[in-house]
Amino acid sequence: MRHNEPQRPATRRRFLAVAGGLALAPILVRRSARATPATMAAAIREAVGEAEVREGKITLELPPLVENGNAVPMTVTVESPMTAADHVKSIHVFDEKNPEPVIATFHLGPRAGKAKISTRVRLADSQTVVAIAEMSDGSFWSASADMIVTLAACIEESP
Amino acid sequence: MTQALVNVPAKAKRGEVIEIKTLISHPMETGYRHDTNGAPIPRDIIHTFVARYNGEEVFRADLHPAIAANPFITFFTVATESGAIELTWTPDHGEPVTQTANITVE
Repeated sequence: MRHNEPQRPATRRRFLAVAGGLALAPILVRRSARATPATMAAAIREAVGEAEVREGKITLELPPLVENGNAVPMTVTVESPMTAADHVKSIHVFDEKNPEPVIATFHLGPRAGKAKISTRVRLADSQTVVAIAEMSDGSFWSASADMIVTLAACIEESP
Repeated sequence: MTQALVNVPAKAKRGEVIEIKTLISHPMETGYRHDTNGAPIPRDIIHTFVARYNGEEVFRADLHPAIAANPFITFFTVATESGAIELTWTPDHGEPVTQTANITVE
């Protein structure tokens, strides 16, 4: 609907246009609540800043075919000696189709001994998940995993 | 009632890398769902998990609604000295839950 149109009598066509717009509104609002590859890219920029993200050093394990998106086992491993001079500072995990682009951020240090974390995540749709590790030298390394989700996590429906 | 389960080895050699497994019962309500009347269900998740080894932070996780209900987290740490490993989960609503496990390092 344009707002700077001159005032017109309320015709049936105009009424239908307004009614149609109102009916669509909730759908549009719900759509906008979803992360997209663009919002994921923005979330990655926010976490990484201007630094270059290279592929490698990090392994992201997720099942390629997910039957139930409500609890998907995920393991992230980073190759690192985990010493005071060379260790993983943090691991960020991002998604592209959940309502929010960030899944979790893990903060580690040399006392971790081994950069390996497992958890269970929710996936609202078939999508790509990206994990990025920040090293103590300031470099960033990434890995991604594509998966097909047959039963999505009930994020928006009634319980 | 929030209940936490932790698995920390009771004994370890000095310098050994040990695995710590944690599980806590929590709905991790996302804030994106609606009840049967269409009213939004408010978000209630555990947003932070912290592990401290004799008071020093060794691991921290910032969690988001994409973490499944009853968060299960495993991580590693170096067994440096005998003492307590204190694990704390902080929810949006209510008091943080803390569980402590003792470890003997030889």
